Amino acid sequence: MTTNIAASPSRWQKIKQSDFIYYFSRDKVAMLSFAVFLTCLIVAFTAPWIAPHDPYALESIDIMDSELPPVMLSEDGDDRFFLGTDNQGRDILSTIMYGMRVSLTIGILAVGLQLFLGIVIGLCAGYFGGKIDSFLMRIADVQLSFSTMMVAIIVSAIFQGAMGSEMYSQYAILMLVLIIGIAEWPQYARTIRASVLAEKKKEYVEASLVMGLKAPRIMFRHILPNCLSPILVISTVQIANAIMSEAALSFLGLGMPVTQPSLGSLISIGFEYIFSGSWWITVFPGIVLVSLILVINLLGDWLRDFFNPKVYQD
Amino acid sequence: MTQDKNMSLLEVQHLQIEYPSRHGVMVAVKDLSFSITAGEIVGIVGESGAGKSTIGNAIIDLLSPPGVIAQGEVYLNGNKISGLSREQMRQVRGSKIGFIFQDPMTSLNSLFTIEQQMVETVLANMDVSREQAYQRSLDMLAAVGIPEPELRIKQYPHQFSGGMRQRVVIAIALICEPELIIADEPTTALDVSIQDQILELIKKLCKERQVGCMLVTHDMGVVASVTDKVAVMYRGQLVEMGSTAQVLGAPNHEYTKSLISAVPRSDLKLVRFPLVNYIETAEEIHQLDIANHWLGQSQDQKQYQGPLLKVENVNLRFTTKDSIFPSRREYVQASNNVSFEIHEGETFGLVGESGSGKSTIARAIAGLYTPQSGNITFEGVELTELKSEQARRPLRRQMQMVFQNPYTSMNPRMKVADIIAEPIRFHRLAEKHQVDQIVSDLLDHVGLGRKAGLKYPHEFSGGQRQRISIARALATRPRLLICDEPTSALDVSVQAQILNLLKDLQDELNLTMLFISHDLPVIRQMCDRIGVMKHGHLVEVGNSEQIFTAPQHEYSKNLISLMPSFAAFSKQNLQIAK
Repeated sequence: MTTNIAASPSRWQKIKQSDFIYYFSRDKVAMLSFAVFLTCLIVAFTAPWIAPHDPYALESIDIMDSELPPVMLSEDGDDRFFLGTDNQGRDILSTIMYGMRVSLTIGILAVGLQLFLGIVIGLCAGYFGGKIDSFLMRIADVQLSFSTMMVAIIVSAIFQGAMGSEMYSQYAILMLVLIIGIAEWPQYARTIRASVLAEKKKEYVEASLVMGLKAPRIMFRHILPNCLSPILVISTVQIANAIMSEAALSFLGLGMPVTQPSLGSLISIGFEYIFSGSWWITVFPGIVLVSLILVINLLGDWLRDFFNPKVYQD
Repeated sequence: MTQDKNMSLLEVQHLQIEYPSRHGVMVAVKDLSFSITAGEIVGIVGESGAGKSTIGNAIIDLLSPPGVIAQGEVYLNGNKISGLSREQMRQVRGSKIGFIFQDPMTSLNSLFTIEQQMVETVLANMDVSREQAYQRSLDMLAAVGIPEPELRIKQYPHQFSGGMRQRVVIAIALICEPELIIADEPTTALDVSIQDQILELIKKLCKERQVGCMLVTHDMGVVASVTDKVAVMYRGQLVEMGSTAQVLGAPNHEYTKSLISAVPRSDLKLVRFPLVNYIETAEEIHQLDIANHWLGQSQDQKQYQGPLLKVENVNLRFTTKDSIFPSRREYVQASNNVSFEIHEGETFGLVGESGSGKSTIARAIAGLYTPQSGNITFEGVELTELKSEQARRPLRRQMQMVFQNPYTSMNPRMKVADIIAEPIRFHRLAEKHQVDQIVSDLLDHVGLGRKAGLKYPHEFSGGQRQRISIARALATRPRLLICDEPTSALDVSVQAQILNLLKDLQDELNLTMLFISHDLPVIRQMCDRIGVMKHGHLVEVGNSEQIFTAPQHEYSKNLISLMPSFAAFSKQNLQIAK
């Protein structure tokens, strides 16, 4: 008991001394990934203030500036456009910043939707079991038997056809969030169901049953908080997946419109010019997309190892 | 390697084992010296964290990283075996030292037959032909008492029961004629009846073959029945070592005294366990006036004359194989026509080996399982006929459960105060502003102090968590407390504290208890009446005294006779109940 009475450290000290921070500060890959990811986040969401140009402001775009190469690689470059310009004379650096903002917004919101659907469905399936479980999981299986991209392509094509391109491009972000969110929920539902099944056997759940607590309270107050670590791990991977799906859809012309480009549509726009020598229009957004996905996946791997030390031991 | 003929079989000198970590170096074993001679069985006892298993692992150089032998030497037959290279150590491990592990379910490879595993061991360590190795394996299986060895040797581990597997593990440990056996809790995972056979077997083989044995255990009963010498470990230090009779009968060290007095005895019933505060003190700081406190003023008063709980002909089965056709379904009958009564204020014990259905009955009473047939009556109210959760809720409040595993029975993401307050808030048992006060009073009353509520469960030890569990059960002011193996995951001295606490609470609050345990001595200490269960049948019900002194049914006679004897234990400081 003596250790318990000893002065308890403040919250900040506790966080600083926790294993999480300790192992994190010892893993260079995780630190670097986190630094890159954080930079991307900050740059993306402060783009309107720090971007050198506003690619949406039509009055600042001059068609005479189009297809200028990056400053450091060519004599023809213009000091105003660090990474060159695209076919409409927009600054590539600024469009990347704005595009990343769109990509990350869609990724995070879509994962939020997946999370909501996955938690509700997975928790119900795992907790109630029996017929409810079979029913919900068969729906998930059926959905998983279609490729995510196929579902997304069909749905977005239908919406685009039904609403007209004009209207679709107006609500493009919302539509993509819905499409990607609905297409990927079974991943969450399955993971959550698996950890609910493991938690449900533990005695604290029986204790709350003996107390007479109601099912929603047991599910959300007792079981769900104990399933958070796998949720956190798959969330990172799912954000990367959602950004990729969005990029793929946009590349195919079913995602974000040219007027409001995401990283995927930037790559798609530049792709037409890649053989005419203007490779930078497509390569720079591509590099940014790849590194963004890579660091998110590396962070996810690190989190998984941290929460499940059996997989990896040094 | 230097040879010294004057040394005994195993000589451990000034052994120090350390686990370096980022929080500093943890010394698991401090300056330990002892020796084992051929044919001698030395028991290493101690509670969890005392470093007793670490010693065995250090001797055969299988310390789990980052553990290291910081200093000291180990000699086997005069040869130094500490600090050998991997390959040299491997030869020592296989041929000179045998190891018996705790859990027979996981220490055999389930993909190979017993023959493959035994012959492989022999061929790796001895210079013999395959036929000779096979013959040796057969002889060894016969020696450990496996019937029809020619047939059984071709089988896979899953075709053996737990006790049989442990025999195979012993056979493998002994097959290369080692000079020393290290048995790490060899019977902890087994039932009482099998425990006795395995211990007898180890004892017999050690004597016959003049093999030294180091028996690591936490169970004082095991020590008393097989060992010649005992070494008592406390927090990495050897506090006392001597012949078994001397250490158990007339202990010198304070810790040994406390440990022995805390062992539940099967031969005497104690009023309370004395001297149990050596490891972890837990005192109530502010004495609670129960009669005038919320805790003593339950709205559920006795209204019914007759037994508080009546279980009549309860049948409960679990489906082991489901099928659309009723004829092809398979079941296991966990409870078969079980009937008993529990009267107000008494403690009723259910005892039986694992799988006898005792926990199933408890869960059926608590409403976690629904029986297929039979009645469970609480205070004259038929529980099995209550269909809605709404109707059951007021009764749920009056019955609470304390669970076996203190590590999983609390939500790790809730603060202790919230865990205890939850049932009070949910059943609206007290005004909002009173709840915090009640929770801190409860925590203090179970010996944790008022500030414990601000912490999370993982900050407490197993015994302290079990106290939290008890406090949570008391928070609904129950009349019936169902304790499902409440102390089987705890160390002896902590177990004694928890048993004391339960006894005190029962006296103060006039609780009725259903106490479930596989441990006969614990049952004897706690219960007024006892029911003995076997394979879902309740074979005998009787007064505690009668069951222990004059059991009627064959099975209970057998169980009682298999209990380790506690006659050699010191009776110093004990208050014996009349």
